[in-house]
Amino acid sequence: MKALLAAIALLFCGGAFAAETLTVGSKRFTESYILGEIITLSAQRAGDEQAVHRPGLGNTGIVYAALRNGEIDIYPEYTGTIEREILKSAQPLDLDGLNRALQPLGLSAGIPLGFNNTYALAMREDRAQALGVRTVSDLAAHPDIVLGLSQEFIGRADGWSGLKKAYALPHATPRGLDHGLAYEAIAASQVDVVDAYTTDAKIGRYNLRVLKDDKNFFPVYDAVLLYRADLPQRLPRTWAALSSLRGAFDERRMIALNAQAELNGRSFNEVAKQFLGDRQANAQGGGFLARLFAPDFWRLAFEHVMLVAVSLFVAAAIGIPLGILAYRVPGARQWVLSVVGVIQTVPSLALFAFLIPLFGKIGTVPALAALFLYALLPIVRNTYSGLADIAPGLRESAIALGLPPGYRLRVIELPLASRAILAGVKTSAVINVGTATIAAFIGAGGFGERIAQGLALNDNATLLAGAVPAAALALLVHGAFELLDRGLMPAGLREAQSQPVSI
Amino acid sequence: MIRLENVAKTLSPRFALAPLSLDFENGSTSVLIGPSGCGKSTLLRLIAGLIAPDSGSVKFGEEVLQPENAQALRLRMGYVIQEGGLFPHLSVGANVALAARFLKRPEAEIRKRLDELCDLVALSSPLLARYPRELSGGQRQRVALMRALMLDPALLLLDEPLGALDPITRRALQGDLKNIFARLGKTVIMITHDMGEAAHFAGELILMRDGRIVQRGTLDDLLKRPADPYVTEFILAQRSPLKRPGSAA
Repeated sequence: MKALLAAIALLFCGGAFAAETLTVGSKRFTESYILGEIITLSAQRAGDEQAVHRPGLGNTGIVYAALRNGEIDIYPEYTGTIEREILKSAQPLDLDGLNRALQPLGLSAGIPLGFNNTYALAMREDRAQALGVRTVSDLAAHPDIVLGLSQEFIGRADGWSGLKKAYALPHATPRGLDHGLAYEAIAASQVDVVDAYTTDAKIGRYNLRVLKDDKNFFPVYDAVLLYRADLPQRLPRTWAALSSLRGAFDERRMIALNAQAELNGRSFNEVAKQFLGDRQANAQGGGFLARLFAPDFWRLAFEHVMLVAVSLFVAAAIGIPLGILAYRVPGARQWVLSVVGVIQTVPSLALFAFLIPLFGKIGTVPALAALFLYALLPIVRNTYSGLADIAPGLRESAIALGLPPGYRLRVIELPLASRAILAGVKTSAVINVGTATIAAFIGAGGFGERIAQGLALNDNATLLAGAVPAAALALLVHGAFELLDRGLMPAGLREAQSQPVSI
Repeated sequence: MIRLENVAKTLSPRFALAPLSLDFENGSTSVLIGPSGCGKSTLLRLIAGLIAPDSGSVKFGEEVLQPENAQALRLRMGYVIQEGGLFPHLSVGANVALAARFLKRPEAEIRKRLDELCDLVALSSPLLARYPRELSGGQRQRVALMRALMLDPALLLLDEPLGALDPITRRALQGDLKNIFARLGKTVIMITHDMGEAAHFAGELILMRDGRIVQRGTLDDLLKRPADPYVTEFILAQRSPLKRPGSAA
């Protein structure tokens, strides 16, 4: 994807010195990629001016150099970075101050996006709630709270040592943890507080509360657009479109967008499109119906149905023979039924987490594998019990007729068990429609995408716009199997209530 | 035709078939009779090869019944259970023709045989297109008999074939069956727990109790020369149905 974008960007840039083209840059980290993509898409949607994105240009130095020499027109930057790294200012500057200093360079900073990506302390939500901790100051009253801080944070002057002094925190300086490990440690409840960036995707994932920096100790890193000063005159329409991004974000929303890309494996382009799409939906009134039938409805429905259909088909193709095996080979019975039973008890997120490293990728493949595994139990169980529940008299009559085992299975036993088997497939299908919503958490799409997004953004309308069609789909699938049951059921079994059917 | 030599079978700690030897003449009709759990069904299932004996052997002519030849031998016997054992998902005709279709007999031949059998058991042939659940109990047992006779087996094994029928249907079918057996001249081994029915069918009765044969002989033998006081007790109990309401069937 990155390579593709770069190729497209180069293609456009090659001959695109025409004044109508907006070239957007971004740095090499998730948030910058996403913002770059959002700027580019907003400009493209503005209409008659072209916009290209040159993503992931590197660190501040490289992107800034590209902006200075006109290779790019604009990129997302943070006020703290402009102040310290670009202007090397000794004192704090507000946006006006920054612009005065940038003017001689032919650059401007503007359109604050509405969020501040700075250092912060983050605490486990349950613990924070229990202790009533909302701000960094509140920590002082709880010296027993266990800190898990990164080596970098402990080392920086504007990190732990400054913070400890400014807030008079009683806690001893902890041993440094790797930043990644710190999150694992907080998830395992081994530590209570970690240092974080305020828009880190993991804040949402591990359900952390960002403690308010009530003494404004941490420098402000408000996200703004840094652009060539002539841009608003040169591309007025584009500029007008970009102005609509002013205040369009807050920390929580940025966390959700980062999570979409980092944790759910969505492409930056998709994340950006979805963000702009949401805003459009909001602009249309933001109602539930507008979100329900947002343009992605059919794509999500298709993905959802595909996830269920493919996993169900494979589960039936393997589960029915496994059920037959359990019926035919008493030695295999316990094994087969136990193993598929145990699989069913693995929580879905844990199963996904296990399958991702196994397949070495996220998205559709591990999702299909997990759904397949969940679909097995009802199918295997019902196939087995459907066969085992055949009246002994009928089974013996078939044997006494002199029919060999394979023929009996095909002509007598499987047809007699067909209702039970179909009921098992139906159960699996309905369960899978529900479980497939969780597949969105590993980037497999489907209506779960809206649910995940709604949860991350704490947006009930979006959540319902995913949950309601998923529930409707489950009912639809149930109904379809009822019809299929009537159509496929051997005529002689219709209205025969005595046939045992386990659901 | 059928010879059991020292056949023994233990089914559970509480029930075992004692080693027993029996033979059945060609064309004879024998009735196994005795109280529930006496081992008559086990004996029949041993003959049908549905279960294997722990010791001893079952012989068809000179052939010893073994797991390897059981399936082939079953094609040469017909087996009917109390409820008929008809497959509910197959039409009556398909039920009857199952084994013939498995053997890939020509359809014309199957058709012809179905007609013959309908005549034999007095079933109207349009019923062949119906499903078992659409038939009366008596019709179902006639169909079960047709299915057992489809391949014209030398041996018929009937496990309480009339046990699930109401008394009137039962009496009518008893008469029909006896005629059919007489016309076909097949070896018939039949189970019943009803003394009257046993006397109606059999030249020879085999009375069983607790996995053993108490006495084998004609009704007359059993009445006049009981081998054990139990024989008389069993026959007398069966002869006074009015004193034991609910046991008429």
